[in-house]
Amino acid sequence: MDYEIKLDQFQGPLDLLLFLIRKNRIDICDIPIALITEQYLQYLGIIRSLNLDEAGEYLVLAATLLQIKSRMLLPVPEGETEEDEGDPRQELVNKLLEYQVFKEAASALETRPVLERDVFERGFHEEDAQGDPSDDGILIEAGIFDLLEAFREAIEGSGKSESMEIDLEKISLADRINEIMDVLTKCRSLTFVEFLDSSASKRHIIYTFLAILELIKLRMIKAFQNETSGVIRIFLAVDE
Amino acid sequence: MMEGLKAVIEALIFASDVPINLDRLADVLEDVDRKDIRDCLRRLVQEYQDESRGFCIVEVAGGYHFRTKHEWSPWIKKLKKGKPASLTPVMMETLAVIAYRQPVLKAEIDKIRGVDAGGAIRRLLEKKMVRIVGRKDVPGKPIIYGTTRRFLEVFSLKDLSELPTLRELKELQE
Repeated sequence: MDYEIKLDQFQGPLDLLLFLIRKNRIDICDIPIALITEQYLQYLGIIRSLNLDEAGEYLVLAATLLQIKSRMLLPVPEGETEEDEGDPRQELVNKLLEYQVFKEAASALETRPVLERDVFERGFHEEDAQGDPSDDGILIEAGIFDLLEAFREAIEGSGKSESMEIDLEKISLADRINEIMDVLTKCRSLTFVEFLDSSASKRHIIYTFLAILELIKLRMIKAFQNETSGVIRIFLAVDE
Repeated sequence: MMEGLKAVIEALIFASDVPINLDRLADVLEDVDRKDIRDCLRRLVQEYQDESRGFCIVEVAGGYHFRTKHEWSPWIKKLKKGKPASLTPVMMETLAVIAYRQPVLKAEIDKIRGVDAGGAIRRLLEKKMVRIVGRKDVPGKPIIYGTTRRFLEVFSLKDLSELPTLRELKELQE
């Protein structure tokens, strides 16, 4: 088998380790630690010299390998048999085996008929969002204080007193997050105010605001503000 | 009469944007016996399979939908020109972990893969393959992830139970 190496072919340090194990035709349950550590460190040297972003995580595994190696070199203290200590490699082996199964699972998924690759559905046109009259003017990305301002206005405008009624529909933040994502998928964008219907309770407004902040943090949505009117509009984040 | 029903069901499946399930069909068809709907569905699926048609009815994500047959994909790709953004190996591995271990925390995913899964999770969220299920009630309130219906649709799964078990996958490796 051709073992041509492209350094970005590894999905992480465990992946590199599995590669080395395969390349050396090693039984994963009986890894020669010294050999593997040496080869791993060689690759690590190359990765670091290329300054790849993920080098940090490779370093952690390097340290682990060295630690295992040293534990295996230490003589077993008197009175203890090797079984008491446990194989210092075992934890790593278990990790590798588990990781390997999920790699296999990922492969298995890829062999299924994949939508838009092997099979296709009837294409349909997405409704273009209607232009909003308040949208005259340029949109700039909204800052946190603009969002807070919009939130404050919404809360004050709700005019509802702190009623102690029990909400029959206790929605969670996660629900609200999913709701917002669903709505945005159907309509290209919505203003902050439109997310709250007229009967919004304070709780609903707060949850909506928190959900929007969370989604912005996760970079799943973006908030833009109309330069002139100050109206804030929320869009789904798109891949650049 | 059954022929009429079969045609209506066929039309409904065609018109639906997403896979349509038995419940929904029964809803729309009101007084029709579920058994009759199921019979028609079975016959429809069979008909489309038997004939040398370009597309057929598949059962996916808990419902029924029209899809082109695998063998014609090269032509359709030509029609669609641009290649759709596929999932990178990193995303696939992360997705596999989430699919089998859901509901799952990012920290758990990181541990299994040995790398930080944050970027992959974010991209999977964007692609709607993965969703936030909630937050765990421990300090830090970490986010819990799970797969979506879209995930089932993209990988042509009826439901999660159609995934091979981890044990089966392990045996494949030996």
